Amino acid sequence: MKAITINHLKKDFGKVTALKEVSLEVAQGELYGLIGPDGAGKTTMIRILTSLLTATAGEVSVLGLNPQTEYKALRQKIGYMPGQFSLYQDLSVEENLNLFASIYETTIEANYHLVKDIYQQIEPFKHRRAGALSGGMKQKLALCCAMIHRPEILFLDEPTTGVDAVSRKEFWEMLKTLNVGGLTIFVSTPYMDEASLCERVALIQAGEILAVDTPENINETFGRHLYAIKGGNKRALLNALKAFEHCQSAYSFGSSIHYTDSRQEMDVEELLLSLQAHGHSNITIEEISPSIEDSFMKLMTSHDS
Amino acid sequence: MTREAVISVHHLLKTFGSFHAVNDISFDVYRGEIFGFLGANGAGKTTAMKMLTGLWKPTSGKATVAGYDVFTQAESVKRSIGYMSQRFSLYADLTVKENIELFGGIYGLSTRHIREKRIELLSRLALTDSEHELISALPLGWKQKLAFSVAMLHDPQIIFLDEPTGGVDPITRRQFWDLIYEAADMGKTIFVTTHYMDEAEYCDRISMMVDGKITALGTPEDLKKQFLAKDMDEVFIKVARHTQPIAQ
Repeated sequence: MKAITINHLKKDFGKVTALKEVSLEVAQGELYGLIGPDGAGKTTMIRILTSLLTATAGEVSVLGLNPQTEYKALRQKIGYMPGQFSLYQDLSVEENLNLFASIYETTIEANYHLVKDIYQQIEPFKHRRAGALSGGMKQKLALCCAMIHRPEILFLDEPTTGVDAVSRKEFWEMLKTLNVGGLTIFVSTPYMDEASLCERVALIQAGEILAVDTPENINETFGRHLYAIKGGNKRALLNALKAFEHCQSAYSFGSSIHYTDSRQEMDVEELLLSLQAHGHSNITIEEISPSIEDSFMKLMTSHDS
Repeated sequence: MTREAVISVHHLLKTFGSFHAVNDISFDVYRGEIFGFLGANGAGKTTAMKMLTGLWKPTSGKATVAGYDVFTQAESVKRSIGYMSQRFSLYADLTVKENIELFGGIYGLSTRHIREKRIELLSRLALTDSEHELISALPLGWKQKLAFSVAMLHDPQIIFLDEPTGGVDPITRRQFWDLIYEAADMGKTIFVTTHYMDEAEYCDRISMMVDGKITALGTPEDLKKQFLAKDMDEVFIKVARHTQPIAQ
């Protein structure tokens, strides 16, 4: 049995179609990423999977259950961490966790081992009101509350949005640890670099899935030579590359520019000479492997045209 | 070339009880510069921004923004700056045109001036056909570009951008930076926060805050050398981990 099966799922809100017949499957024990910008339909999909919204059309199964008709049984088996912090702000850390445990008719003691590694980090503050916690601590508490009833699958909706780069890394380390323990995890994120931390990903944009596969396989279908070009004035260099007659794409990527050529085989020397002729010096051109962000942009542009 | 500081901060302090949210920070930002204001969550960035935009009074220290003192001339500071954030930028249930008129009015521009600005701005952003659409109906990327232009309606010297590209798709994110560069070319000073470390590379200079203090300040190249890091992501991790307790 698959952990999640989605077939031609469609969701309309009035005239707006949030999901346009999307399909995907998640295996048991997978760490699966739903990667896409705001407005792509990530939250809508997670809410349908967790029985909080009903689909307009299509078939959905989570742990073999239909979220629309078997929501009571399903809710016992899933953990859900929404994008917005939604614990009780005026209850303490310990009271929140106790509340969630008792709603699911269990106790903190019974399942302490599941949350121990994470809960120990906030336990020194267990009498503090949840509303008074820092962002990082709130997140850890929310994760504990989503885990305390021993779910078989964990849904996380943009857990790292607005979170700094260091805290993001720490959060993903926690997810990895939970996943290694056998938990199926379905996580959404707008950060493209987080795709590489997932076993498989679905890239989603404007209600449509652009690709589903392992990050490595998606990048292998990039199908073009990709070059990182550096040197001199970055902005002038970017404009020069965009103006180059054989340019297919040129995007800033941190300290370099990622460039693809419209010709099957590119003459690196020719491009170098052309840039030098336009006054750019100290240029380096290096062929590199594409990242998910490269692939996402390629898929976005080929999808539009 | 002498550089003119348009933001000048000396020993700025903001305390809440015994907690030093902003703990004695000093830096200058120069005209036409793109200044990246980075830091971990809870490091004090928002508090510092609120003082520099005239919203909160500092506890002590000295800061001038566009030549005005944030202690005594907060209203003049507000008139000289533009502000845009990811969380709040435009009114979703007003149309594009109505938003421009509303913000133009708030900034005290004449009806005629607002109309000229509106026509110019919408044609530049290729949004003329959408002027009667509600903001809520626009794609996020368009909203962000429009919000940035609206924040500059009153021709401010300095624009504060608080995570302007959060959640935006990777192509639109880069187009947004083209707008930032254009504004800087026109002599605007850009003060920007972001969690995308590739965007840190696009800034002229970066400051990094940890626990209320600025612990790193320089060009991206300088900082990479200083911290023996291959990119800004690594710089950030080294800076933040160095002083941050593990159980934050």
